[in-house]
Amino acid sequence: MSLRSCWLAIGTAMLLSLVMATSASAAATAPPPESGQAPQGLDALLRQLADTDDYSVKQDLIRGIATANSAQDRVVLQALLEGRLYKRDSDGTVLVADVADAPFAMASAVSGAALGRSDGDGVTLIGVNNQLRRQLRALLAQFDLASGDSAVRLAAVNEMLRAPDAASTAALRAQLAKEKDAAVRASIQSGLAVAALDSDDAAQRLAAVRELKGSLNTEVYNRLTSLLDSETDLGVKKAAIDALRGIDRWRTFYSGIQTLMFGLSLGSVLVLAAIGLAITFGVMGVINMAHGELMMLGAYATYVVQLLMPNHIGASILVAIPVAFLVSGLMGVLIERGIVRFLYGRPLETLLATFGVSLILQQAVRDIFTANNRPVETPDWLAGSLQINDVLSITYNRLYIVLFTLAVFALLLMVLKRTRLGLEVRAVSQNRAMAKAMGIRTEWVDAMTFGLGSGIAGVAGVALSQLTNVGPNLGQSYIVDSFMVVVFGGVGNLWGTQLGGTALGVINKVLEPFAGAVLAKILVLVFLILFIQRRPRGLFPQKGRAAEG
Amino acid sequence: MKFGKVLKWTAPAVLALSASLASAADTIKVGVLHSLSGTMAISETTLKDTILMMIDEQNKKGGVLGKKLEAVVVDPASNWPLFAEKAAELLEKDKVSVVFGCWTSVSRKSVLPVFEKDNGLLFYPVQYEGEESSKNVIYTGAAPNQQAIPAVDYLMSQGIKRWVLAGTDYVYPRTTNKILEAYLKMKGVKDEDIMINYTPFGQSDWQSIVADIKKFGSAGKKTAVVSTINGDANVPFYKELANQKISAEDIPVVAFSVGEEELAGLDAKPLVGHLAAWNYFMTIDTPANKQWIAKWHAFTKNPKRTFNDPMEASVIGFNLWVKAVEKAGTTDTEKVIAALPGLETPNLTGGMAKVLPNHHITKPVFIGEVRADGQFDVVWKSKGLVAGDAWSDYLPGSKDVEADWVTLKCGNYNKVTKVCSGQNFK
Repeated sequence: MSLRSCWLAIGTAMLLSLVMATSASAAATAPPPESGQAPQGLDALLRQLADTDDYSVKQDLIRGIATANSAQDRVVLQALLEGRLYKRDSDGTVLVADVADAPFAMASAVSGAALGRSDGDGVTLIGVNNQLRRQLRALLAQFDLASGDSAVRLAAVNEMLRAPDAASTAALRAQLAKEKDAAVRASIQSGLAVAALDSDDAAQRLAAVRELKGSLNTEVYNRLTSLLDSETDLGVKKAAIDALRGIDRWRTFYSGIQTLMFGLSLGSVLVLAAIGLAITFGVMGVINMAHGELMMLGAYATYVVQLLMPNHIGASILVAIPVAFLVSGLMGVLIERGIVRFLYGRPLETLLATFGVSLILQQAVRDIFTANNRPVETPDWLAGSLQINDVLSITYNRLYIVLFTLAVFALLLMVLKRTRLGLEVRAVSQNRAMAKAMGIRTEWVDAMTFGLGSGIAGVAGVALSQLTNVGPNLGQSYIVDSFMVVVFGGVGNLWGTQLGGTALGVINKVLEPFAGAVLAKILVLVFLILFIQRRPRGLFPQKGRAAEG
Repeated sequence: MKFGKVLKWTAPAVLALSASLASAADTIKVGVLHSLSGTMAISETTLKDTILMMIDEQNKKGGVLGKKLEAVVVDPASNWPLFAEKAAELLEKDKVSVVFGCWTSVSRKSVLPVFEKDNGLLFYPVQYEGEESSKNVIYTGAAPNQQAIPAVDYLMSQGIKRWVLAGTDYVYPRTTNKILEAYLKMKGVKDEDIMINYTPFGQSDWQSIVADIKKFGSAGKKTAVVSTINGDANVPFYKELANQKISAEDIPVVAFSVGEEELAGLDAKPLVGHLAAWNYFMTIDTPANKQWIAKWHAFTKNPKRTFNDPMEASVIGFNLWVKAVEKAGTTDTEKVIAALPGLETPNLTGGMAKVLPNHHITKPVFIGEVRADGQFDVVWKSKGLVAGDAWSDYLPGSKDVEADWVTLKCGNYNKVTKVCSGQNFK
């Protein structure tokens, strides 16, 4: 909301400065009027805009509004783009709404005078479609070129470069003469070079191609490719082919890196899901079919935390991590003490019993939360993506999950290698009888190990809540993958899980563009089956005489 | 003593039997076969609520043929074989007179043999891929010529030159994409300007697919995505589009299976401008629609509850069934099916839905753009009602085929070879 009033402030300030500037500069920044049509007043244009349902008529009217030379032009166009322009049903007056608080404060579109408040009754929204939105953004960009903020100017330049025409090229050239900011200058120069590719002079075209040589921008790439089809001059053609070959090499390289990043992020989700299982399966040899449901409990814990702190969504994820750890950890300890403890040495029974527990947990969640998915919000700092260059971008949620998985892994390694509990867990997993003889309370260690593994599953659930739907069946989608990773990596070995999970994720993502999502998964499973035939104990099997295969 | 013991054991059974006989004489059973859990619950749960409301409304009017209606609700849990089991349970054990159910085409294909064998009646309210016309099914949802083809025509009029056909991997998207591919090629679109992609149900990792769409759409020609993605996989798909900053102005996505209900669980602000093609939108301003929504909000006691196209189709189907039963004078399936073709009932957007001999109905077509509040703004509407065509004219195997249950008594009749395949009741 404050961003919107910021836009309004910038807009009004700019318009005031425009009005006070000379007519020549005003003409340079505003788009040229439609030829052959007498400029109508803003009021008349707005009334026609409010009355028509025809989107092509609206397009013409918007062009007229942009050149109406009124101080309110930009305000009106911005309001129309953001869905804040209304028509008063009683007399057809067009109003601009300030949507900061409800009921909305309404102002006259023509004069800017305040006209009271409205809660939506008696006013009709003036609608736009995708084509009109594109047109509005381009027109607003031309206004923004004169902004005092370099980021706004850069955004305006990039917007104008998406659909360059003679008017915007002229405006950009004028802007280059007075632009001081380096990033904006570079963007304008690149854009003008693309426009120069249309020039009749071969020397100018050659200069433009040379200028655009290193650019990874997609518009540049498309323009150079289409230039090859229409180019007659051999020198320019050769330069364009060279430039394209160089760009292609970089594009392939960056797209390879992007596939690798996708693979790493998929792999880290697999690792996070499987690492808890690696501990319980590895240490105790217990096949826990309820592992998926423990992840589901962690995801629901995130949902509940967000319900309890609806105004602090940003912090809710951080709060949810220890909450989910405790919830799933306690459930894990309960399962161990209540059921698994009595079934040691009987893997088939533990499998069946924990399968039963998974069904109980699923139905319990259905009864408490309904069978439908629950919406978990993404905090602002997790949304969007990091644009590294024109061809490489990483979404923030996946980036943070990769870092988070590494942190969890490091923490777990530290717990196992440096703490007393870790020492006892490792002792019990190597040789239970000997450990007991050394005085270690193996039952307590078992319960704690199960709790630790389940707690990690809960934390994985928090991460999953940001990637996928939170519903009672969430666990079912990840249980098979978790077992796959643990078996592939070697039972009981954390490094094996980390490397195995990452490898499986990368293989899956590398295959996906060629084979499609479904076939890629099938191929990964087939690969796993063949691998297990050769190395039945996984990548990093447990060593030692007492270690069971 | 002995007699007393016998009485003690048989009395409850006799009472139960007489009670069930009595209730069987007094109520007409209506089956509801929609997933209430699993990946499709996001879309189907609200259809169950719609039928319950229709039954409630009809019972207030005195029921049908003087008898009250009783709902029999089962949950096939997005599990396709379970759909067939539950359908058999409804028809054979509960002996329902009609079933309102199914969403995915795979669930409908699974129950089709059950309905045809037990001679039941199914009202199917969801848009689908066509290539089917069963004697035992009334299709109140859109056939491809009432949704997919008009949507593609609209995008072409907006200057779209490159096409991504993205769908979930099952019969509906595969068949619809076959029809659309044939249609696009007929209109002169080249092979390299069409990208087709399938994902499993519940797909949550959309990174590489969305990145591919972005790359495909940056080749300089205007690109659009035609999405036949079904179920809750839509939620991570749209979230990934938003995260990778693909706005509707760059690459618009027109979805056939995403409506007000699916958007209710999403933050719709990043999706503004994306499209959906349906035969009904909640924002359509007719008195019938406004009255209906008021009634719906009163029934669900929730003023924020959304209403959507498959729900309208369920309402139309229910009203058609009641009219047919009253016309036939009985709930006997054979007589009701015979009474249906030619019947019409008003839809909620000011037109009439008429049952055609091929068991489809007439529907208007609307294209809507997503608004920030999760509702749709209508940006295009068809000039009148479009009659549902079961057999697409764009596929070589089906352009000579027609369905006619009134004169030809065949759902799969080849006009050229004059042979009837499939169900044949002549």
